[in-house]
Amino acid sequence: MKKIEAIIQPFKLEDVKEALKQIGVDGMTITEVRGHGRQKGHKEVYRGQEYQVDLLPKAKIEIFCRAERAAEIVSTIAAAARTGKIGDGKIFVLAVEEALRIRNDDRGVDAL
Amino acid sequence: MKYTLSLILTTAATAAAEELPEAVKAAQAAADAAQISADNAWMLASCALVLLMTGPGLALFYGGLVRRKNVLGTMMHSFILMALATVLWAVVGYSLAFGEGNAVIGGFQYLFLRGVGMEPNADYAATLPHLTFMAFQMMFAIITPALISGAYAERIKFSGMVVYTTLWLLIVYFPMAHMVWGKGGLFNAFSGGKIPCFDFAGGTVVHITSGVSALIAALYLKPRAGYLQEPMRPHSLVLSFAGACLLWFGWFGFNAGSALGAGPLAASAFVATHFGAAGGVAGWLAAEWLRTGKPSVLGGISGCVAGLVAITPASGFVLPMPALLIGLLAGVFCYAMVAVVKMRLGYDDSLDAFGVHGAGGTLGALLTGVFATKAVNNALKDSAGNPAPLGLVDGNAAQIVNQGLGALMAIVLAAAGSFICLKIADLACGLRAAPEHETDGLDLSMHGEEGYSFEA
Repeated sequence: MKKIEAIIQPFKLEDVKEALKQIGVDGMTITEVRGHGRQKGHKEVYRGQEYQVDLLPKAKIEIFCRAERAAEIVSTIAAAARTGKIGDGKIFVLAVEEALRIRNDDRGVDAL
Repeated sequence: MKYTLSLILTTAATAAAEELPEAVKAAQAAADAAQISADNAWMLASCALVLLMTGPGLALFYGGLVRRKNVLGTMMHSFILMALATVLWAVVGYSLAFGEGNAVIGGFQYLFLRGVGMEPNADYAATLPHLTFMAFQMMFAIITPALISGAYAERIKFSGMVVYTTLWLLIVYFPMAHMVWGKGGLFNAFSGGKIPCFDFAGGTVVHITSGVSALIAALYLKPRAGYLQEPMRPHSLVLSFAGACLLWFGWFGFNAGSALGAGPLAASAFVATHFGAAGGVAGWLAAEWLRTGKPSVLGGISGCVAGLVAITPASGFVLPMPALLIGLLAGVFCYAMVAVVKMRLGYDDSLDAFGVHGAGGTLGALLTGVFATKAVNNALKDSAGNPAPLGLVDGNAAQIVNQGLGALMAIVLAAAGSFICLKIADLACGLRAAPEHETDGLDLSMHGEEGYSFEA
């Protein structure tokens, strides 16, 4: 099993969700997060006082899947979220040890 | 109503010719009653409008400008005054401000509102119940100290704020209101004041006193922890936007209500007020756009307040075009004060109470001396009983000096009085919140609650 963690531009979230639906991904967790990588923030001015805003809003998608599906999901997210500009985000794939469905105690891939 | 009245009067005149003075008296009484009803209707509405400026107007405006952890504490600084200033006003404030006293302070005859009832007080407003006049002036005593809270926001102890504000009303506000508006006051142009000063709705009494006191409070309390080192962005300009629009709306009661009646002068002040606000928005935004490349919403709403502040003393004395110009100049001037001068001097007037109210109020007081005209306000008579020339545009250049003296008095009284009040409050219970309380935010540390609970 794998966990896919994708941090993307918030305005690309709908496109990514739609693309994932097309390839049959039916479960995910979305969080609104703030952060930055190499993309630096922007300047805001309030009554002449300047603020450098470093942490920018991003959307984080978490998906758990069978190991063999990970590559397709990653490439789907990447294709849907890409604008080609700095700040598009990153995708990470992690190994998952165990999964459990709370309702009926299903374990492993059955719980996905 | 108008036609009915003129019919009554015509009938009365005919009747008088037939030697029936009772009918004339009855007609006069009916006309008087009708005027009292008309004036009182507008003035009660104005009272409510001015209260609306404090809560929710100012509370939202200031509340949105602070960080999220201080939103309730900041709103409370305005809201508590709706109770605190009211109590003080009822007990002693109205008497000290509007009772008969000397040129500086009123006497005690209206203590506990004794003798303030439904009969008009002809010294102030012959066509209003005395209670209405008292209530209208009370709303000004509520909002004025609330304006100062912009300077000490995010770092004052609640107890210290209550003590400071109570003293401030007693030492600064009541005397200043008496000097400018009270019977026989030193600056009261319409009641034989030695230095006749025009302040229609509170440029000196409200905005200069609160603005200058704000500067003193900001200097006394020292900057907020982390000022200019960590970001202190407004947490919700949406709240501030709604608050500023309510201020604009309520200001019609503040200024047009200061006509103390529903007649043509109220209409003139209403229009001048609106033009002042619009000019302020335009002036501030133009200056900001040129300087930073972006016209901000915060700039727009700040400009509207700046324009309204500056037009306040002038509103019942100037024509619409000068009103527009006064607003425009105030927008540019106040922008320069908060965006350039404050940055250079380094004091932490958190929400720019001085930069907007102190600076805009002073500018408005002086410009009133320039643009005040008898074409708008003919209440002041010369020795022959004709309307006296008012400002520079009427050929009375000396009025600018009088306006300057009135402003200077407000500045000196507010600065000295505010320092004394701050010092006493500091000694009595401490003014500055403890560092850990400031870090946690005033909402939690002073009031035991949070403005936004995402778990609830």
